[in-house]
Amino acid sequence: MTVFIVRRLIQSAIVLFAMSLIVFIGVYAIGNPVEIFLSGDADQAERERVIATLGLDRPLWEQYWLFIEGAARGDLGNSFVHNRPALQLIIERMPATMELALAAMALAIVFGIPLGMYAGFRPHSALGRGIMAGSILGFSLPTFWVGLMLIMIFAVELGWLPSTGRGQTANVFGIATSLATRDGLVHVLLPAFNLALFKLSLVIRLARAGVRENMLMDYVKFARAKGLSMRRVVFVHVLKNILIPIVTVLGLELGSVIAFSVVTETIFAWPGMGKLIIDSINHLDRPVIVAYLLVTVTLFIVINLVVDVLYSVLDPRVRLADVKG
Amino acid sequence: MLNAVNDVSFTVSAGEILGLVGESGSGKTVTGFSIMGLVDPPGRIAGGRILFKGRDLVGLPENEMRRLRGARIAMIFQDPMMTLNPVLRIETQMVEAVRAHADVSADEALARARNALGRVGIPSPDERLKAYPHQFSGGMRQRVAIATALINKPDLIIADEPTTALDVTIQGQILFEVQKLCCETGTALIWITHDLSVVASLADRVCVMYAGKIVEEGSVDAILDRPAHPYTHGLIGSVPSRNHKGTPLAQIPGVMPSMLDLPGGCSFRPRCARADRACETPPGVDEIGDGRRVRCVHPLVGAPA
Repeated sequence: MTVFIVRRLIQSAIVLFAMSLIVFIGVYAIGNPVEIFLSGDADQAERERVIATLGLDRPLWEQYWLFIEGAARGDLGNSFVHNRPALQLIIERMPATMELALAAMALAIVFGIPLGMYAGFRPHSALGRGIMAGSILGFSLPTFWVGLMLIMIFAVELGWLPSTGRGQTANVFGIATSLATRDGLVHVLLPAFNLALFKLSLVIRLARAGVRENMLMDYVKFARAKGLSMRRVVFVHVLKNILIPIVTVLGLELGSVIAFSVVTETIFAWPGMGKLIIDSINHLDRPVIVAYLLVTVTLFIVINLVVDVLYSVLDPRVRLADVKG
Repeated sequence: MLNAVNDVSFTVSAGEILGLVGESGSGKTVTGFSIMGLVDPPGRIAGGRILFKGRDLVGLPENEMRRLRGARIAMIFQDPMMTLNPVLRIETQMVEAVRAHADVSADEALARARNALGRVGIPSPDERLKAYPHQFSGGMRQRVAIATALINKPDLIIADEPTTALDVTIQGQILFEVQKLCCETGTALIWITHDLSVVASLADRVCVMYAGKIVEEGSVDAILDRPAHPYTHGLIGSVPSRNHKGTPLAQIPGVMPSMLDLPGGCSFRPRCARADRACETPPGVDEIGDGRRVRCVHPLVGAPA
C-alpha cells in the first residue's frame, strides 16, 4: 500500500508539472491583460510601468521559470485584480464549493441508490419505469435551465427556499460552513439539488444495472439456498457488490462536481471557486486562472487516490500493494 | 407454456444417495431448484407435489420455505467460482447460514463454521475463515460451499454437478468425502450429474432423465449392468473407458430435442434404434422387478407383461 501511494505521488508531481506548462502557455495565448487594466487614456510610460510590475515584459520562458520558482515556495503569484496571493483567494472560496459538492453527492447517493435498486428489482412496474424516465430527464436537461426552474418554482412562486447566497455560516474546525446552521442548510438545498441532478441519474442507472446483473448471479441463488431472508440477500450480498462500480464512478465524478460547479454557482450566486474562476477569466487574471487549474488538478489526483484506496476496502480482490506499474 | 420438467417422480430415503443423470437440458437442475423452491420467475411449479418428511413443499409460504432452505434441505451448485459472494469473507458467509436458522451467538456460529470446514478437509480453518473466496482454488471453494451446505446438518442435500468444474483428482476427494459425510450423518443426497462414472462410484440408486422426464429408475448396479431403456444403454455405451482402444466411440445419434418442439409419443423416439409405430403414443412407466421402473415400450430387459 505504501509503495503504491509513493509511486502515485511521484506520478502526480509529473502530472502537475506538465499541467502547469500547458496552462501557462495556454493562458499566455488568450490575450494581454494589460489592455483590460489600463484605462484608455493611460500614456506610454504608465503602460510600460504596469507591464514591468506584472513581469509581462520578460520572455515567456522566463515568466514560466519565475512562476515555477515561486510555486516551489508555495507562491503561485498575486492576482492582478485583487493584488493578493492567488492561492489564498482560491482557498478562501474552497469551503463554499466543497460543501456544495458534498451536499450534492450526498443527495445523489442517498436518493440514487434506493431509487436505482427499486428500479432494478421492479423494472416493469410503473414506479420503476417512472424512475428510469426521470433519470433520462436528469441526464439531458441542461443544468442552467433546471437551476432557473428551481428558482422560479421554489423561490419565486412558492417562496419556500431562498434563491441565492450561502446564508448563515458557522465555524467547524475553523472552517466556515453553511452545512452547520439551519439557515445555511436551507440555502444549500436548491443549488445542491441542481448540482446533484446529473449524478443522481447516474447513480440510479448504475444501481439499477448492478441489481439486475447481480440478481442473476449464482451467489445470490446460493445465498437464498442457505435460507437467508431476501432482505439480507439484497442489503448485504447485492448491495456490497453494486457499491463497487458506484464508488468508482462517483469518486471520479466528485472531482468534476467540484471543478465544474461553475454553472450552478453562477446561477445561485454561490460564492465558491467556480464563480471566482469565471470572474478571473473575464479579467484575464492569469495567476488566479493558473492557480485554480493547478488546485483542481491536485483535487482530482487526491480524489483518485482516495477512490483507489476505498476501492480496495470494498473489493477484496483489489489489493493495492500488488499493483504493478 | 413450456414444461421443463414433467411427470417426474422419485423418492430418496434418509442416508440414501440418489443419482439424477441426464444430458444438459434434460431438466435435472430445474428438478433440483423446484425442490428448493428456487425456480426463477417467470418459471413456476405448475402442479404436483414435493413431499419432504410427509409435508408438501409446493405452495408452502415463502417464509416457511426459507426456514427449510439451508436448514433441512441444502443445495450445492455446479460452479464453485460463482457460488460464493466475492466481496464477503468466508466467515461472514458461513456464519450467516447458521444464524439464519438458529438463534446462536456469533462465537457459537463461528465455532460451527470452523467445525464444518474441518469436516470437509480444509486445513487451518481459522485462517481460512478470514479469507475471501478469490484466495481459494476451485476445489477449496467447492469444499467451502459443501461445508456451508452441511453446516446446519440438513436432512437432504441436493448437489447439482458439484464436481463437474473441478479437476479429476479433486473430484475424487470430494466424492469420497461427501459419501463419508452422508454415511456418518444419515443425510439423504440427490446427486445431479451427467457423468455416469461418478454415479457408479457414489450412488445407491439412479434416475435417468431425458427431455424433462424420468425414463429409467433403479439400483445403480442393475442399471449400469443391465440398462432397460435404450437411452440409458446409449449413455453407458458412450462412456470412453468402456470402449475398446482403436474403435470409434459409440454415441447416441442426434441431439436432445428442444423442449419447445418435443416429438409426439416417446421423446427419445427419433434417436432410438428400437423405435417403431408403438412408440408414437407416450409410453407409460412399467415396473420391471427389483424396484426398477422404465418408461419404454421396448425395454432391453424385463419386457412388460
